Amino acid sequence: MLELNQIHKIFNEGTPDEKIALTQMNLDLHQGDFMTVIGSNGAGKSTLMNIISGKLIPDVGQVIIDRKNVSNVKENKRARLIGRVFQDPMAGTAPAMTIEENLAIAYTRTRSRGLHIGVSKKRKAFFQEKLEMLHLGLENRLQAKVGLLSGGERQALSLLMATFTEPKILLLDEHTAALDPSRAELITNLTKEIVGKFQLTTLMVTHNMQQAIDLGNRLIMMDKGQIIFSADEKQKSQLTVEKLLNEFQQIRGEKMNSDRAILA
Amino acid sequence: MPSAIFGSIEAGAMYALMALGVYLSFRVLDFPDLTVDGSFVTGGAVAAVLIVGGTNPFLATILAFVAGFLAGSVTGLLHTKGKINPLLSGIIMMIALYSINLRIMGKSNIPLLSEETVITKLTDFWQGLGLDNALAFIGFVPKTWAILILMLILALFVKVMIDWFLKTDIGLAIRATGNNETMIRSFSANTDTLKILGLGLSNGLVALSGGLVAQYNGFSDVGMGIGMIVIGLASVIIGEAIFGAKTIFRATLAVIGGAILYRIIVTLALRVEFLETGDMKLITALIVVFALVLPKILEKQKERQRKKKRMLQAGME
Repeated sequence: MLELNQIHKIFNEGTPDEKIALTQMNLDLHQGDFMTVIGSNGAGKSTLMNIISGKLIPDVGQVIIDRKNVSNVKENKRARLIGRVFQDPMAGTAPAMTIEENLAIAYTRTRSRGLHIGVSKKRKAFFQEKLEMLHLGLENRLQAKVGLLSGGERQALSLLMATFTEPKILLLDEHTAALDPSRAELITNLTKEIVGKFQLTTLMVTHNMQQAIDLGNRLIMMDKGQIIFSADEKQKSQLTVEKLLNEFQQIRGEKMNSDRAILA
Repeated sequence: MPSAIFGSIEAGAMYALMALGVYLSFRVLDFPDLTVDGSFVTGGAVAAVLIVGGTNPFLATILAFVAGFLAGSVTGLLHTKGKINPLLSGIIMMIALYSINLRIMGKSNIPLLSEETVITKLTDFWQGLGLDNALAFIGFVPKTWAILILMLILALFVKVMIDWFLKTDIGLAIRATGNNETMIRSFSANTDTLKILGLGLSNGLVALSGGLVAQYNGFSDVGMGIGMIVIGLASVIIGEAIFGAKTIFRATLAVIGGAILYRIIVTLALRVEFLETGDMKLITALIVVFALVLPKILEKQKERQRKKKRMLQAGME
């Protein structure tokens, strides 16, 4: 479903600030795969996400989604295939607009927009039904401005907006990192539920090692622009945080830079 | 005095279209678009030249809208494709339009007093219906009610169209572009196209307003757009402060109210002995400053009173 071939990306090439963000990156996700991505700061996780979403264009290499080469497809066009949830709960929704208007925008992600009324009666019923999946009572607050919601509610809404049109690929970029522990748990559980329900092919970046182990069926660890460790379903089921840290130490010969990695 | 106020409401209804255009760029797209100073004149110039050339005045007015739309689109292109800062794109376009407007008109002023315009046609049509006599019971007798009523109807019609448009899929995407660009891009919208479209529509309305104002005043002048953006902002801000902007329905209505109110304030201000017509821009600037600062001062005062109350309560217990 998602294939990366020999992706190479350098920032500020030819200047003293030159930084190799990704090198010889290969990835192959099948339909329904849920892969978690861990790695220290500067490992290239965000670059990876941005290259898949089209925000960044790789210097070399191909991005293939659903057997189509989308390497040269612009970000906004590519977004028809991709659902995204950002780290910042403010980033995924339009605060001055109502819940139903935000959902209408998300609803039209996969089609071209015309002069159809955004929040029609038919769509409204559909939105209500989808909002019930979140168990937050938002289905009764369709006309509330999204800016009035709490961070957790906004992130739950973002997650729903990114997924209810069943994208080919779902990208989750540390989408629980900015929330307090109980809200983060809520979003984690919702993620599990929604991804399972729609069988979405998902790539999730996280700093929380436990979360990376608990969620999904595959796991990769990145460092310095490369995948240094990857676990398939069977290997992943036996992983623990200690084992992961040991792996890192063995491969790199140094301790993992744990300033942001949450170990437990 | 009543006739001066009457006149300011008439003009206010026409300027309301310009203010609605400014609302689209300034509030909906969050794009402070200075093109307005130029595109307002473009509207007047296109309408005047076509009318003098014998074109049907209604068609000429519609073409004024089209010309404004094109001008706004160019500002959009400068900003999105040329990556030029919003304010700068507007200023560049404003200056460019000054020359273009002169070219369109061929001279700096075109009189329309002896021409058949939308204004004369509407007045004739109205008098044919005999409606002025029907309205005589009000007691106040202006030259005609036609312009006031028909222009208010036009402004309200445009308002309803904007309300509708901003609720369609494209309209929602335009609003999201002004609200959270990252978000709307991740939902497959081309923000460049949306901005160009939004700025086009905005300046189309501004030019439509310019076309009507030129016909109402009886001339088109290359300098008639100076400070227009500030007048537009004044209308939007006054309207929002007084009538509220909770929903789009309210906000657009407030903008029309603000435009009319602005005209009335200026008319009243000009009646003060020592003020001259040339002081109008200064008055406009002061009104905008006032409308921007006053709500903040009031809010602060309320806060202080609340604090005082709380202190007193705490002291008594």
